[in-house]
Amino acid sequence: MTAQISKTTLTLPSDREIMMTRVFDAPLELVFRVVTDPELIPRWWGPRYLTTRVDRMDLRVGGTWRFIQTAPDGSEFAFRGEYREITPPSRIVQTFEFELMPGHVVQETMTLEETDGVTSLTVVSLFDSNEDRDGMLNSGMEFGAVETHDRLAELLASLQSSGV
Amino acid sequence: MPATHLDTTFAALADPTRRAILARLTGGEATVKELAEPFAMTLPAVSKHLKVLEHAGLIARGRDAQWRPCRLEVGPLKEAAEWIGGYRKFWEESFERLDEYLQALQKTMHDGKNS
Repeated sequence: MTAQISKTTLTLPSDREIMMTRVFDAPLELVFRVVTDPELIPRWWGPRYLTTRVDRMDLRVGGTWRFIQTAPDGSEFAFRGEYREITPPSRIVQTFEFELMPGHVVQETMTLEETDGVTSLTVVSLFDSNEDRDGMLNSGMEFGAVETHDRLAELLASLQSSGV
Repeated sequence: MPATHLDTTFAALADPTRRAILARLTGGEATVKELAEPFAMTLPAVSKHLKVLEHAGLIARGRDAQWRPCRLEVGPLKEAAEWIGGYRKFWEESFERLDEYLQALQKTMHDGKNS
């Protein structure tokens, strides 16, 4: 299933992954520079109504990041992760964890591709990267039947649209 | 939302037969026999899937010992959908802002060159 939500394309490559793609009218080098510059993170990262500040952004393999967001009521919450792969200017693999839901780690693979000055940015998010959970999911579970992804996507979409 | 609930939900959803059963139940209550019909499966095999779904809280079953009709419980599905949905919205809005920033940045660079 491919869903067009605003200008972001959403697909479900497997049972535990979502893939989001967005095309930017800018050259690849510039997009990469913007997404990796700690000074610029507050300008685009996260929802608009929250203020973001970079607590830590150690952009190297094994380095960690931590961004803090402040809500209009002054409450603060933080996100953090670790960089697992950095290949300028086209690929970053990192983890993403909401500190209020510790242990629930998403692995994000960001890839950039340029065609005629236009850059497509893709984030593939793998849910439940915890090894124990992978083991549990892989043992005894039929996994990754491609033709049925649409049904899950449809189910989730219908649940969301019906507002349940 | 506790992560463990979500794990149980995702594990239960990881099987195509169970997803098909849930999809069928969005249309209303059904008995085990009715649920088994579309699949080349024995009733005990379907019952096994139903137990997993029941354990994950994705379905509830009636008390009638003989029929025990199944119905969808939307709570856990809603949690899973909300977590994925919230995460997705987070990125969508970030992409939107990134797009705006890149446009503004390039305009500044372009204007800078021309002046």
